[in-house]
Amino acid sequence: MELTDLSLLELSRKLAAGEASSVEAVRASLARIGRLDGKVKAFLLLDERGAVAAAQASDARRKAGAPLGPLDGVPVALKDLFCTEGLATTAGSRVLQGFVPPFDGTAVRLLKASGLPILGKTNMDEFAMGSSTENSGFFPSRNPWDLTRSPGGSSGGSAAAVAARMAFGALGTDTGGSIRQPAALTGTVGLKPTYGRVSRYGVVAFASSLDQVGPFARTVSDVAALLGVVAGHDPCDATSSTRPVPAYLETLEQGVKGLRLGMPREYFELEGLDGEVRAAVEAACRAFEKLGASLVPISLPHTKYALATYYLVAPAEASSNLARYDGVRYGLRVPGRGLREMYAGTRDRGFGAEVKRRILLGTYALSAGYYDAYYLKAQKVRTLIKRDFEAAWGQVDAIVSPTAPTAAFRLGEKVDDPLAMYANDVFTLPCNLAGLPGMSLPCGFTRSGLPIGLQILGKHFDEATMLRVGRAFERAHDFVRAPPLGEA
Amino acid sequence: MKLSREQVRHVATLAHLALTEEEEAKVQEQLSAILEAMETLRELDTAEVEPTSHAVSEVGGWREDVVAPSLPPDKALANAPAKVGTSFAVPRILE
Repeated sequence: MELTDLSLLELSRKLAAGEASSVEAVRASLARIGRLDGKVKAFLLLDERGAVAAAQASDARRKAGAPLGPLDGVPVALKDLFCTEGLATTAGSRVLQGFVPPFDGTAVRLLKASGLPILGKTNMDEFAMGSSTENSGFFPSRNPWDLTRSPGGSSGGSAAAVAARMAFGALGTDTGGSIRQPAALTGTVGLKPTYGRVSRYGVVAFASSLDQVGPFARTVSDVAALLGVVAGHDPCDATSSTRPVPAYLETLEQGVKGLRLGMPREYFELEGLDGEVRAAVEAACRAFEKLGASLVPISLPHTKYALATYYLVAPAEASSNLARYDGVRYGLRVPGRGLREMYAGTRDRGFGAEVKRRILLGTYALSAGYYDAYYLKAQKVRTLIKRDFEAAWGQVDAIVSPTAPTAAFRLGEKVDDPLAMYANDVFTLPCNLAGLPGMSLPCGFTRSGLPIGLQILGKHFDEATMLRVGRAFERAHDFVRAPPLGEA
Repeated sequence: MKLSREQVRHVATLAHLALTEEEEAKVQEQLSAILEAMETLRELDTAEVEPTSHAVSEVGGWREDVVAPSLPPDKALANAPAKVGTSFAVPRILE
């Protein structure tokens, strides 16, 4: 068994027992990246020197008996959307090429303060807009389970890195499913916390009322541990909650006996839901019943409006957030005659097709004469979607569903059809519109060997119950596997 | 909702995007299709519904207005494509 085959918490225990060092773990990860990432292409940038230095510092603290953070010494990867001091950050966009942030985002600062070495920055769809990593300004990442397929997106690089065991865990962001969908497509566990649970400070903004930071790892316990490190209030993010962070690991093993799990009819009856995915998720639901939970059929009647609502709200916010890429303060500048020509030239060369499409859509939805018909209408329907969930919470403790309607799709399959690509997020984005926590964990494989994801949604700030549900399933039905990458 | 070529150009100007002829045509077609898919929202009567302003209502609040250190000018300017002293430099806008 290689060190990289250990889960994040297994490695943490080995480090505590003195059976491995952080430097060994970092070197094992870097060696595996060196062997495999030419094929998987999960990373945009490696920080070998920084990771080794952080590992040496962790080993020295341990040796000296100095105070250690939770998960001290465990190497992780970061989606390239997080600002990292002194380390280039691109958000997957050529408009930010050459940008070296002068500060660490809060989640990054918390990881570093807890002693976790950062291996590098992972690939993503440009500005987190996409579901496949094909909108990356640099190259698409590949799914470790089938290199001709997408690992999902937008946090596809983080998911692929964890699935291929090149990192013990990773951070991503989820605006409409960008953690959960790639987790489902790569057979990893990914968690999107409640809006406000993790600080967004120092995370390149996409849609500020929806964006949330969350962890990837190979097991439910691992994501619970990582969430514990990055969650909490941050004065630098006015939308971060002051609620205390529960000790997620302490309630993780409490099981599902007596819990009521909702199965939303509209999700299971969706036309585009693949038969094998439905069968695996229904089998998972029956497993919960065996474990002592009760299944409750529920209705979320406005589900079919979520996609249209999301694709008005998110682009509108993005069009505003991305106004800052104008060639003035950082990143690319394309000189022009006068200011306007410089703005337009910079944005034209710096942004990819999908980002331009969403900026235009959002600008249109906010423009004079159309605001009421599009943006305001969408925000009102968003209220109806939130109310659907509020009504459901009267009957159930958590909601279970498929994460994505299909297993991993082929690279190139949907890239020229925006609406088909958007439809991949149909089960994940209502959760963002309502600000709820959600997670995906593996619940089976298709006949052709591709992972299938089970989504669990929880009440606001009730990540603990959601994690308990996920852990109960994982304990009974372990679908953690190493992908067939042609080597151990 | 079918967007006209003029509407595409107008929105592109608002968004400070310079589109080629080819891009304009593609954007016109794709945005029209997307906006048409958005028309489903019109089925819903939302006359009495409040728009969502916050995903989670408890988030946000007041804090003390305390002066704290911020990024020093040299760090803030470190990524500037062009600078003059402690300022970002841009093309002249006044003659």
